[in-house]
Amino acid sequence: MKTLFEKVWDRHVVVAETDDSPAILYIDLHLVHEVTSPQAFSLLRDHGLHVRRPEQTLATMDHSIPTTPVSSLADLVVVSDTPATRQLVQMDKNCSEFGIVLRGFSSPERGIVHIIGPELGATQPGMTIVCGDSHTSTHGAFGALAFGIGTTEVAHVLATQCLLQRRPQTFAVNLEGTLSRGVTAKDIVLSIIGQIGVGGGTGHAIEYRGSAITALSMEERMTICNMSIEAGAKAGMIAPDDTTYEYLAGRPHAPSGADWDQALAAWQRLPGDSEARFDKQVTLDVSKMKPMVTFGTNPGMVISIDEPVPTPAGNDAAFAKALAYMQLESGKPLAGTPVDIVFIGSCTNSRLSDLEVAAGLLRGRQIAANVRMLVVPGSQQVKADAEARGLDQVFKAAGAEWREPGCSMCIAMNGDVVPAGKLAVSTSNRNFEGRQGVGGRTILASPLTAAASALTGVVSDPRQFLD
Amino acid sequence: MKPLTRISSRTAVLALTDVDTDQIIPARYLTTTVRQGLGQHLFADWRYAADGSAKADFVLNQPDAEGAAALIVGRNFGCGSSREHAPWALLDYGFEVVISTEIADIFLNNSLKNGLIPVIVDEEIHRWLLDHPGVEISVDIDTLELVIPEHDPIPFNIDRFSRYCLLNGIDQLGFLLQHDAAIDEYEARTR
Repeated sequence: MKTLFEKVWDRHVVVAETDDSPAILYIDLHLVHEVTSPQAFSLLRDHGLHVRRPEQTLATMDHSIPTTPVSSLADLVVVSDTPATRQLVQMDKNCSEFGIVLRGFSSPERGIVHIIGPELGATQPGMTIVCGDSHTSTHGAFGALAFGIGTTEVAHVLATQCLLQRRPQTFAVNLEGTLSRGVTAKDIVLSIIGQIGVGGGTGHAIEYRGSAITALSMEERMTICNMSIEAGAKAGMIAPDDTTYEYLAGRPHAPSGADWDQALAAWQRLPGDSEARFDKQVTLDVSKMKPMVTFGTNPGMVISIDEPVPTPAGNDAAFAKALAYMQLESGKPLAGTPVDIVFIGSCTNSRLSDLEVAAGLLRGRQIAANVRMLVVPGSQQVKADAEARGLDQVFKAAGAEWREPGCSMCIAMNGDVVPAGKLAVSTSNRNFEGRQGVGGRTILASPLTAAASALTGVVSDPRQFLD
Repeated sequence: MKPLTRISSRTAVLALTDVDTDQIIPARYLTTTVRQGLGQHLFADWRYAADGSAKADFVLNQPDAEGAAALIVGRNFGCGSSREHAPWALLDYGFEVVISTEIADIFLNNSLKNGLIPVIVDEEIHRWLLDHPGVEISVDIDTLELVIPEHDPIPFNIDRFSRYCLLNGIDQLGFLLQHDAAIDEYEARTR
């Protein structure tokens, strides 16, 4: 009797774990981006090593890339010779030197690494997937074991296609019930983090299960798995089902023909056995959930849109520091707080369905005069698909900026920043101090809540705009 | 990596819980392509005001904290981003040990691979350390004992493999490369 996690783990053990040494775990897919890989490539160079499986390495540029239109990397070097640009140039060099195909600056397949893996069909059920990026958990939505690693481990995978790993414990998060109108996958995951806490998943691989998960699209499932790390979890997984297989069929890297039939048969054996046991369990009713917004400086500091900012239990220095930073007061409502910036984007919420939801609310309306709104599609493909549907026109007509793909204002490495003191409602995943710019204040929310707040110019319940 | 057996130092105390890696090293400093030199940016937004001057009230800017190699931190230290720049920055600044009741997974793994020693203690010892900044402590990686004033030696745990690598200065990549044949065999079997 095995869980989904145990099945995937067991199939990738090259050398078994003992008290003296961790397991050697085989990695099927290694995602690489410009920020956490340069020192790993240097390590390979210093040791005279090559990349063991370049064909299992998917490389792109996302974190430090500008979201304003620039036609080529060569042009960027001319207009902006910054450390960020030099990092992009270094990525280009590293990939050529080590024989890795780079979805580079001008590639139509470029995008946020966690958007393009699924989009290309490279992310598949039962795989082990790693990346020097904590939001690698996103890929768990396909029933893959996917987790973030450090740069030393990036070098390990480049050189050996393996990692030294201790097996985490298992944690079932059961989600039952039906979502109310205006409540989305983002609200589910923010509710989960609020319930179990930012350290609630530490040492565990989460499996999200139950009728409320089965009912979600792949893009919604990715939003949930994406923020597993915000609960401290090693990984977040969802068992593959027909929704998964329908999403994958026909994608460029997905198997086809007889290979598809064989792969499908293997994928269908992945869901956990009915009597498999988890080390820890929690059950939540999604029908009671409301649109969620963060009020503090970590994603666990989260409330429903209609709740007041909480009062800390006892003398909590971190809580007091967070409220002071956010310029918010206990007992006061968060809804109605003036908003300066609305950011729709990031590996959490920059897929086509996220943009459709936001555009649906903005269509035929104007954002408030006090708001600057950035819409940053997750990939060139998402951008093309959105433009084919006219979403770019909806955003622009409403007064929002329609940008080139990248991580953008989620991590503020590329010049897209929230200025000091300004308040952003953001569809990204982290509201840490300074995350979106030094002194910038972040409220995490769904694309729907973000779009509603852009329209009113204050933190707003999106349900007022729904029939 | 050079072998590590024992670290003795005064402590500095940063009592906040859930300190994320964006605080340890803000993302704007991650455009570097080398490991060195990140200590100057450690806790940058807590250490420095917008004009670049040191914020006097931040613990690392106080004279007592100067030269401390052991940092006592709150629960869930190092949460958030996987950036290995966080332990690189702490080490480059001069820290060799972090002590807490709970340390986030990826940060803990990254620390062990770089010789930054994570020590997990219980609430009672943690409280004592928070209340006594600047005490002399020692961390023995061989005996797995933390020695602090007014207490018997306190046992702590480090994964046995990581401990072996730390004590012997062994690079984990070298260990993985030795298993090349097993990896070949796995690939042949699963293709």
